[in-house]
Amino acid sequence: MARFVTENFIPARVHVKDDAAAFKKYGEQYNAQWTPTILELDPNGEEFYRIEGFLPNDDFLAQLMLGRAHMDFKKGKWADAEKRFREIVEKLPKSEAAPEAMYWAGVSRYKATNDATALKETAKSFAQRYSDSSWAKKASIWA
Amino acid sequence: MPINFRHDVDSVFKEASEQTKPVLLDFSAAPM
Repeated sequence: MARFVTENFIPARVHVKDDAAAFKKYGEQYNAQWTPTILELDPNGEEFYRIEGFLPNDDFLAQLMLGRAHMDFKKGKWADAEKRFREIVEKLPKSEAAPEAMYWAGVSRYKATNDATALKETAKSFAQRYSDSSWAKKASIWA
Repeated sequence: MPINFRHDVDSVFKEASEQTKPVLLDFSAAPM
């Protein structure tokens, strides 16, 4: 967890009571209404992903990884995004983020190659795992 | 190994911009 965070982010914490001035400034700027609220921001401070509420370690790490992958996706870094999404499925397959990661891995490959085979293969993968997830339903149209 | 969160948020944003590195910003109410 700490290694992933250190490698991918500069981590900062605002305590809502002990850092009242910082919370007023940044809590209002980013509309933080609940704790914990964890934001993944690009180097310019633009929000790319938000996690609200406590999660057990593996699910929290998976969400952090998912957010980082989405950041690459939204910046059009398709190959990097796919690699990050697939890493979630491989390393944390039981996390709630894994089905979503598998879906977006397929989309990332499609965006990189413009080859619809990537989507069909993703739909096939959902027949084998995470078939009860909402992401399997979303991918079903690609079969 | 715990995450080494920093509390100087203004400095964090400045460094993030200089290093082109994303920021993880945690709003917390947990005991410090």
